[in-house]
Amino acid sequence: MGEASRISRYLYTVIVLFAIWLFLTASLDPQELGFGLLLSLIVGAFTYEIFTTNGLANLHPKRIAYAIAYIPYFLWAMIMANLDVAYRVLHPKRPINPGIVECRTVLKSDVGKLSLANSITLTPGTITLDVKGDRYFIHWIDVKDDSIEGASKNITEPFEKFLKVIFG
Amino acid sequence: MSALTIIGEVLVLLGTFFYFLSALGLIRMPDVYNRMQTSTKSATLGSLGVFVGVGIWALGTDYGSIAWLTKTVVIAVFLLLTNPISAHALIRAAYKSGIPLWEGSVVDKYKEHLEAEAKTEEGGEE
Repeated sequence: MGEASRISRYLYTVIVLFAIWLFLTASLDPQELGFGLLLSLIVGAFTYEIFTTNGLANLHPKRIAYAIAYIPYFLWAMIMANLDVAYRVLHPKRPINPGIVECRTVLKSDVGKLSLANSITLTPGTITLDVKGDRYFIHWIDVKDDSIEGASKNITEPFEKFLKVIFG
Repeated sequence: MSALTIIGEVLVLLGTFFYFLSALGLIRMPDVYNRMQTSTKSATLGSLGVFVGVGIWALGTDYGSIAWLTKTVVIAVFLLLTNPISAHALIRAAYKSGIPLWEGSVVDKYKEHLEAEAKTEEGGEE
């Protein structure tokens, strides 16, 4: 996807900043809203160039729907990860079988790769060590399959079907 | 004692339990990479539980308001986005400064990759 226009990127930045302001103040007083909008406009003018490349295209309904569907999916994976950690820590024999494996991803955008790396770090037994192009080097606490295809199927693919739509 | 208070208290209790697991993982795991595994995951979910739990807890009390919940949710999202990045930076720095993997480790593809890369660079210079 090419770069969106400057106006669209600026507006997207302002919308995100204003949404954060709304959550932080938790008040609908017109004075607060007006000042928040003013600050969002100023901060947005300084930061929109590094904040986003897609602009308002990020607010496409399909992307938002997938992002909302991703939240419970991700939280569930995170809870599973923690139960997994609890099992490994509390088990007297300490059943770990660690190693560094390599994965491939189909994601193209940098934001998509970042969120995939974050998701990998917070889900069962894996932590991202380095990312080079489409290659992920992942420290896996319990290596089941050390080939590239096998590791990708176990680690990255469950998230890619969501992140492909959200970030492209 | 309303239902919201009870939900909040349970969430905070679960969060502290995961904090405890995170600290225990630091003691029980054999090397820095496995310690990062346990401490990052448990500390992040523990913090999520505590923050969101406090927000919901405050809704159930008579001095609390919705402002508590929105602020704690913002903090929780911020933590959720930044904690894995710091873990990634720490584990990568540990690898780059030459800390060896635990002797029980089965495979190290990253070392193979770095060696292959060094070889091609040498080939390019000749």
